[in-house]
Amino acid sequence: MKVLTSPSLWIVLLVVLAVALIPMIANLPALREELFVLLMLIILASSVNIIMGYTGYVSFGHIVFFGIGGYTGFFLVQTLQMHVALAALIGGGVASLIAFLMGMPVLRLRGAYFALATIGINEAFRTLVTNIDQLGGAVGMLLQFSVYDAYGGAKEASQLAYYGIILVALLTITASFMIKKSKFGLALMAIREDQDTAMVLGIDPARAKVMTYAISAFFPALAGALFFFKNGNIEPGPAFELHRSIEALVMVMLGGFGTVTGPIIGAFVYERLRGFLITDPTFSNAHLVISGALLLIIVLFVTAGVIGWLRQQSPVLRRYLE
Amino acid sequence: MILEIQNVSRRFGGLLALDKVSFTVKENEILGLIGPNGAGKTTLFNAVNGVFPPTEGRVIFRGADMTGKPPFALAQMGMSRTHQIVRPLNELTVRENVTVGACFGREKHGLDAASKIADEVLEFVGLKDRAEMLAAKLNVAQKKRLELARALAQKPILILLDEVLAGLNEQEVAGMVAVIRKVRGQGVTIMMIEHLMHAVMNLSDRVVVLDYGAKIAEGTPAEVSANERVIEAYLGDPKVAQRFLEGG
Repeated sequence: MKVLTSPSLWIVLLVVLAVALIPMIANLPALREELFVLLMLIILASSVNIIMGYTGYVSFGHIVFFGIGGYTGFFLVQTLQMHVALAALIGGGVASLIAFLMGMPVLRLRGAYFALATIGINEAFRTLVTNIDQLGGAVGMLLQFSVYDAYGGAKEASQLAYYGIILVALLTITASFMIKKSKFGLALMAIREDQDTAMVLGIDPARAKVMTYAISAFFPALAGALFFFKNGNIEPGPAFELHRSIEALVMVMLGGFGTVTGPIIGAFVYERLRGFLITDPTFSNAHLVISGALLLIIVLFVTAGVIGWLRQQSPVLRRYLE
Repeated sequence: MILEIQNVSRRFGGLLALDKVSFTVKENEILGLIGPNGAGKTTLFNAVNGVFPPTEGRVIFRGADMTGKPPFALAQMGMSRTHQIVRPLNELTVRENVTVGACFGREKHGLDAASKIADEVLEFVGLKDRAEMLAAKLNVAQKKRLELARALAQKPILILLDEVLAGLNEQEVAGMVAVIRKVRGQGVTIMMIEHLMHAVMNLSDRVVVLDYGAKIAEGTPAEVSANERVIEAYLGDPKVAQRFLEGG
């Protein structure tokens, strides 16, 4: 595949990998925890970008797939003592399947109606899970500590989860890049620009959108399975946390709607900013206010986001910066 | 017979926009579709290519019953169209716009081949030097050419042109007419809606006239322009119309 040898992709992958390996080489567990969250956000933002940035469908409640993957993975690891890698993959498969089935009716909606429906789906799943006793109901589930023994102990298990999340992040970025550069991606962008025209040009939008939704559900689900495995417990609240979803939208807008590197930069900048705001005594309770204001400023003045703006500045950047 | 339109009606609530229209389009001809504003010409295009499926009647394209099939199915079978009100994919470049046509039209090319076809077609319609531009930045005349380029990149058997000459100046009209002739020269069948009488009369082999959603005449340009009902539909009074036609 020609696309896979493109330097625009490799440089990004190498930078992300290099940064992600710092805590493992320098043995900094605290930094590792921080980067785990950052990688998770990169996965979430990049996935949201595939459906929102490329296809033009704002998935407000995308966090639902993180929760579905988390619960599926957790349940399989807990009750069947399944290996976390396999459990995560099954979680991803379940999330994609649900996205596929939900997508068929929901993706007929356009604009704000679709965005609202995705919020509804997230809330519905949270309520559903809260009422299933086998999944721990409202209190959630706690992983039996003995499960970690199969991986050589809790420390090793959490390292494994970290390597896992690095791998998923790299896969997500690669998938995002490949889609953008493919014929399929061109169809998505045509749908984003004008769905009716896309149809006249020979594109079946229903099919393309459902496939995209299923793909964009897969990666957050993997991240969810790894995250809750590492955490050792899962509850409906953190698994289906709507404001995480909204933050992912801010990251996409901040970095650059419809670009590959945008969500990565957006996740990084946003996470740094949030870290600063939360620890700063003046702003600690207002970080969501700030991110709301930030979103407003981007939407009003720099709609293209950081990467989009850079791409507009010169043809050279346009060629190499995706 | 490339296209058979059989008793096609289309109703929007209480409005009968198309009233049992029937005619056929033959291979490699240019068929002009004319009629006063609101006669149902664009609605007929929409009924034929599946944007608004007919409420009654059949559309047979290349021997297959395509009534009510979605637009992409018709596009993939070799029917492409341009829009009266241009609809560029704004945030994509001109080349990408045309590449979409080549990728998902009749021949379903891969990206590389499609992008080559896009360049050829852009050269053909005279937009080659704008290939890298965002489609939104084109002027109206260029957007009309882009519409045509996109439709041609689909490698159509039949192309539906909806007022590609409207809003162009005299020189641009001449350029576009030449392009349409060349398209026909490549073996493509053309059905065109046009208000510019001298152009449509010059280009068309046959002309179909709609008024209030119904077909009122069909024939060669000469036959149609001598038809009293047509003249009446256009201008009310046949005598005034006659003077108009002789003068213009």
